[in-house]
Amino acid sequence: MIALGLLVLAALLFVGLTFWRRRSPGALRLIEAYERLNRSVGLAVENGTRLHISLGRGNLFTARGGSALAGLAMLRRLAERTSVSDRPPVVTSGDASLAILSQDTLQSGYRAVGAEEQYRFTTGRLTGLTPFSYAGGALPTIHDENVSANIVIGDLGMEAALLAEASDREDTSLIAASDNLSAQSIFFASSQEPLIGEELYAAGAYVGAGASHEASLNVQDILRWLIILAILAGSLLKFLGVLI
Amino acid sequence: MRVVTAAFAIAAGIIVLLGYFFPAQLEPLRLLLLDWAVIIAGMAVLVGIFNLVAVQMDKFRTRQKGGVYGIILVVSLLITFLGLGVWVGPNAPSMQFAMNAIIVPVEASLMAILAITLIYASIRILRRRVDVMSIVFLAVAMLFLILIMPTPVGPIPGSQAVLDFLGMFSEGGTRGLLIGIALGTLLTGLRVLFGVDRPYGGS
Repeated sequence: MIALGLLVLAALLFVGLTFWRRRSPGALRLIEAYERLNRSVGLAVENGTRLHISLGRGNLFTARGGSALAGLAMLRRLAERTSVSDRPPVVTSGDASLAILSQDTLQSGYRAVGAEEQYRFTTGRLTGLTPFSYAGGALPTIHDENVSANIVIGDLGMEAALLAEASDREDTSLIAASDNLSAQSIFFASSQEPLIGEELYAAGAYVGAGASHEASLNVQDILRWLIILAILAGSLLKFLGVLI
Repeated sequence: MRVVTAAFAIAAGIIVLLGYFFPAQLEPLRLLLLDWAVIIAGMAVLVGIFNLVAVQMDKFRTRQKGGVYGIILVVSLLITFLGLGVWVGPNAPSMQFAMNAIIVPVEASLMAILAITLIYASIRILRRRVDVMSIVFLAVAMLFLILIMPTPVGPIPGSQAVLDFLGMFSEGGTRGLLIGIALGTLLTGLRVLFGVDRPYGGS
């Protein structure tokens, strides 16, 4: 019942804060990686280079699918913003369902800005079904397709190091976040501005996906404070001997 | 049509979610929907493989760099999928041989490259960023490696106590990160359930 209560509370807060954010948009704190992302998008459009967006291999049947859905929300916005570019972004993923959703998202993004003829289904790619085959299949995209920025957001494991290394060798920007702790530590060591923990889920808000994404961040903050208070209260009660 | 798609997707999502909380009423329906989803995901793999072949053939046709490798990939895929997978069956000795002789060594080689890549990244971390967090990250990683390192005379004296002490911080940090990720996942799911994010093609 606690889980259901938390879910209902989150849903109510989300709806309320979305309406509030539509009336008064909030100011987001500066996250260097997302500043770099927005600059990279503009530069890619201006100098005719490509963005490579890697959504990882998050299976939508597991909790790992959450990071993939966050990546898709960001992809939708990036597709709209790069629709005027000569070279459309290439999206790679390591899960078949995710690859199909990435194609749908790209198409929706182009359709929303009236540029559906720009869409090519070969720009949403399945590169492999195991961790290393996925990374191995994504490497040629980084090396050979005139990519100026690699945006890696999703569920990845140790194979993330291969993508980070390829990006480094091509001297391209790397904006990377993962829900996996091993991949987070790899990205911390190999990217200029690492994204840690739940910063992955802020991608939509920082690329201008709308009030609902800003409201999501507010709800996450409120719930985080509630959890902190619950942990502190539990510790105090245990210290006083009320909880065993 | 897009509204109908969204309505179906949202209704299915809500039923599956509520099925976890009210199993007595919704469990059969939840399992039925999940079964359908598994079948669709199986078909998605075939669509994904078709996409993989199409991308590689396009590379070869337009004479892009690495196009020849694309053809090798497609031929290998056809031999493995049709020849070994469909004709002789996935459990046949020849299929096991292909796995053990090709796929396992290739993945092991990539793992070896990964080890070198990680060492290289850790060496370069201070060239990329010189700040307190990077120094702490590198120092702790080095310390843990030394403490868990096997030696000819057994564990380093006192290493377990230091590992236990530092483990408190790393476990606390890990749990904090995982709570943050869980909250992010919860809100991402809610956005999809409310139809705000529609990755299935709606506008």
